[in-house]
Amino acid sequence: MTATAGAPTWSGPAILVEGVHKAFGEVQALRGVDLAVERGHVLGLLGPNGAGKTTAVKILTTLIEPDRGRALVEGRDVVRSAAAVREIIGLAGQSTAIQEELTGRENLEIMGRLYHLDAKTRRRRSAELLERFELADAADRPTKGYSGGMQRRLDLALSLVSRPAVLFLDEPTSGLDPRSRIGMWEVIQELVSAGTTLLLTTQYLEEADELADEIVVVDRGRVIAAGTAQELKNRVGGDVIEFAVVDPHHLAQAAEAVSALSEHQPTVDAEAGRVALRVGASGSTSLVETVRRLDSLGIRTEGLAVRRPSLDDVFLALTGHGAEAGNGAGVASRRGRNVGHRV
Amino acid sequence: MSATFETLVAVSVPRPPVLGRVRSGLADVATLTKRELLIWLRNPSYIFFTFIQPVMFVLLFRYVFGGAIPVKVPGGYVSFLMPGIVAQTAAFASFGTAIALARQIQKGVIDRFRAMPMARSAVLLGRLAADTVRLVVTVLIIVGVGYAVGFRFQNGVVPAVLMVLLAVGFGVVICTVSGFVGLTIKDEESVSSFGLVWLFPLTFVSSAFVPVLSMPGWLQAFAKNQPVTTVIDEMRSLALGGPLGLHAWQSALWLAGIIAVFVPLAVRAYRRAS
Repeated sequence: MTATAGAPTWSGPAILVEGVHKAFGEVQALRGVDLAVERGHVLGLLGPNGAGKTTAVKILTTLIEPDRGRALVEGRDVVRSAAAVREIIGLAGQSTAIQEELTGRENLEIMGRLYHLDAKTRRRRSAELLERFELADAADRPTKGYSGGMQRRLDLALSLVSRPAVLFLDEPTSGLDPRSRIGMWEVIQELVSAGTTLLLTTQYLEEADELADEIVVVDRGRVIAAGTAQELKNRVGGDVIEFAVVDPHHLAQAAEAVSALSEHQPTVDAEAGRVALRVGASGSTSLVETVRRLDSLGIRTEGLAVRRPSLDDVFLALTGHGAEAGNGAGVASRRGRNVGHRV
Repeated sequence: MSATFETLVAVSVPRPPVLGRVRSGLADVATLTKRELLIWLRNPSYIFFTFIQPVMFVLLFRYVFGGAIPVKVPGGYVSFLMPGIVAQTAAFASFGTAIALARQIQKGVIDRFRAMPMARSAVLLGRLAADTVRLVVTVLIIVGVGYAVGFRFQNGVVPAVLMVLLAVGFGVVICTVSGFVGLTIKDEESVSSFGLVWLFPLTFVSSAFVPVLSMPGWLQAFAKNQPVTTVIDEMRSLALGGPLGLHAWQSALWLAGIIAVFVPLAVRAYRRAS
């Protein structure tokens, strides 16, 4: 935009959050959050429902003001220079800018007008985005008839009309089926490789792993861990082998039999008759060994599988409690578990 | 983390000059007005409320109830009815305002607009401008239908135009109330099921369809003194001839009072609706 041309330069990180607190009445949504995202990097903000992810995004996109602390986007203060922040950001995710009575092209066209692009630029930009997000065939149909995946892609396209320097995606794939989710990942990856600074929130470790350079784990308004996906996984203990015993009497014996396969103790859920064991990176070899041991003892199992660590596992490792202990995140973490690959 | 950056001073970006801001603000209002009108034209339920329902009301009251309602105005019941039904239609047109705002909040459209470099007032002003256009069209259609079933303006062209303008102004004022309701309830379903129940007593317990004097005494006290009756009586005087002064003042005061209360409330609800 015109205002950015003469804007002063900023040598710090593209997104900087320092000691931000935010409360809604009695509820402490953020309790002293620090974040820094280098230009062109992707930060994944990972946590269950109610962790404060959306609050952080709302503060950074000038929708709400922090109670304490400061937040800067490309050096611009989100409170004092809110208008200047809005010039350079894009937002998509849980909210949607799509108006369902209008076609995909009309939605893009109106967005272009609101960013004061001239007619020629608007047309070109709309066509380019429709092409890039595989919406060209549906461009002139009302968006009411779009699938969930198409709507998310269009919504992302809407947030890119102005070529924002910093993009915020609040749970960009929540509610999508697995195929659309992977499609969305590809789109986001392409975007990121073009150098956009991105902050995305997610409940899925796998998603953060796929897209983010660095992951920050938040729980109840606090940052509880930060690092690359690999670092976090190492702390979690890597892959998890899970199975249920058919005869509940075999539960203790089964747990005993597999405990030698890992330095971690197996977790036993007596009620469900399930055993879970963290096995580091050696998922498949440990799986074979598990099958052999249980088989030699004559223990019959159900649903034997190796899966990647879920948000639950991360939370268990970092906080000692599951993600469910967070504010009503039960449903979220159960959904999160389904993302794990079954082998 | 904070230790590394706390010495960094935030950059300050000068705001563009006022004139430029006003100009781009007006462009945004124009864009959003166009957007709302396009949405309106594409939405069957909005079209129903705007055209089909009022036309049904005209026919229903003109031919079904009308014969049983004695009135003492030149031209008979259809002359009495039309100003009332025009005002009622204008009031109910605000349904679209409430529903559209509730839906846009619910879906997050408003949040997205607020995160864009656009005057925050543009969304509400665009809405209001689109509603005004909508009301003009609606009122003219109803007057047209009225002409088809025997209604005639009996007081000359200028008062007739003034009646249409008063109806539109009244509708816009009711839109600010409905807008506040929509922004406060924030749920499309709730708004469409009970968000506008208050419009029923206001429009029916008024002089819109029957002379107030035909109501029981206790109801007359309300019917006589509420804003819808005042506005309709003024519209009737404009359309059919009659004393203009008293009702004009009362109408102006009522409308100004509603604006003074509900515009700030609506703006506040919009600011908080994140």
